[in-house]
Amino acid sequence: MAGTLTEMLGQFMRELIFNPVRVADPLEQFEIKNLIPIPVSGEPLDLSITNSTLWMLIGVGLSVLLLLFSTRRLQLVPGAMQSLGEVTYEFIAKMLHDATGNEGRPLLPFVFTLFLFIFMSNFLGLLPTIPGTPDGLHVFTPTSHIIVTFGLATMSIGVVILVGFIKNGLNFLRLFAPSGVPWWLMWLIVPIEIVSFLSRPISLAVRLFANMLAGHIVLKVFAGFITSLIAAGGAMSLVAIFPLFGIVGVFLLEFLVAFLQAFVFTVLTCIYLQDALHPSH
Amino acid sequence: MDAEAAKFIGAGLAVLPLLGVGLGLGIMFGNFMQGAFRNPSATAGLTPQFYIAFALTEATGLFALVIAFIILAG
Repeated sequence: MAGTLTEMLGQFMRELIFNPVRVADPLEQFEIKNLIPIPVSGEPLDLSITNSTLWMLIGVGLSVLLLLFSTRRLQLVPGAMQSLGEVTYEFIAKMLHDATGNEGRPLLPFVFTLFLFIFMSNFLGLLPTIPGTPDGLHVFTPTSHIIVTFGLATMSIGVVILVGFIKNGLNFLRLFAPSGVPWWLMWLIVPIEIVSFLSRPISLAVRLFANMLAGHIVLKVFAGFITSLIAAGGAMSLVAIFPLFGIVGVFLLEFLVAFLQAFVFTVLTCIYLQDALHPSH
Repeated sequence: MDAEAAKFIGAGLAVLPLLGVGLGLGIMFGNFMQGAFRNPSATAGLTPQFYIAFALTEATGLFALVIAFIILAG
């Protein structure tokens, strides 16, 4: 078994080295490809299933499967799957509790979904593409498109505003006028607070998007170094081992970033929710 | 000056904030390490805060990168 595997890998590597693949543009990986056009006739509303939609659906499906399997046979002493579910749940619940206390508990489903969705999108995008799959099925990171992250950020700020107005009524507007500020400074503080509130969704969206974009571009640029070095032949192809080690390093960093950005997005949402629950600082 | 050349120079200037990000990350890592070595028992409590600060600082550099991309593509 192990022998055939090494043989297969060896064959694969030999093919890569002697017939170097075409060096792809590092931005090609972000192309949206239409898989199932909906509607078929050219109506203005485009609801097509693209590769972005496909990977979002895969992410959602995997999170549902994870939670289904981890809650299937509940035991007092949890097995492997159940511990995985419990660790995830406790991690988010603790994060929300640290930021908002007991009042934030009804918001747990929203925060939990947000974290799992972003984490799955970031994480699945790091999987390697199986060589030979058609273009539309290549591994794709939905969060590397700013419209996706901006949609998520707008949604979480929308929830913050809704919760603020439902919990505090018009008192929520005191968020923009912190207590303890002398009245003659108000004309300066209030516009600053309003601008800072309005820039929250933008900074949330751009942070996640830029991290994913930059990470994937760096990975593909390093991969491009390898193919062009091998194509140069001779002693140059031996140097190609160094960018390979570089890729491994960047890849490890990207795993950290994929988790960290989902974490930061969720923590900031929790902090903004705390603002909405207690607007007068 | 050629408009194309000015575009590349502008994109280069737009990533200057990386200087500040590098300084900031260095100071932050250094101080975190110092805190962690002086009081190892407090490290567990500091780590999440540290990672949030790390991600927030790193994001500043990426904002600059996005601006550079906008300049190059626009």
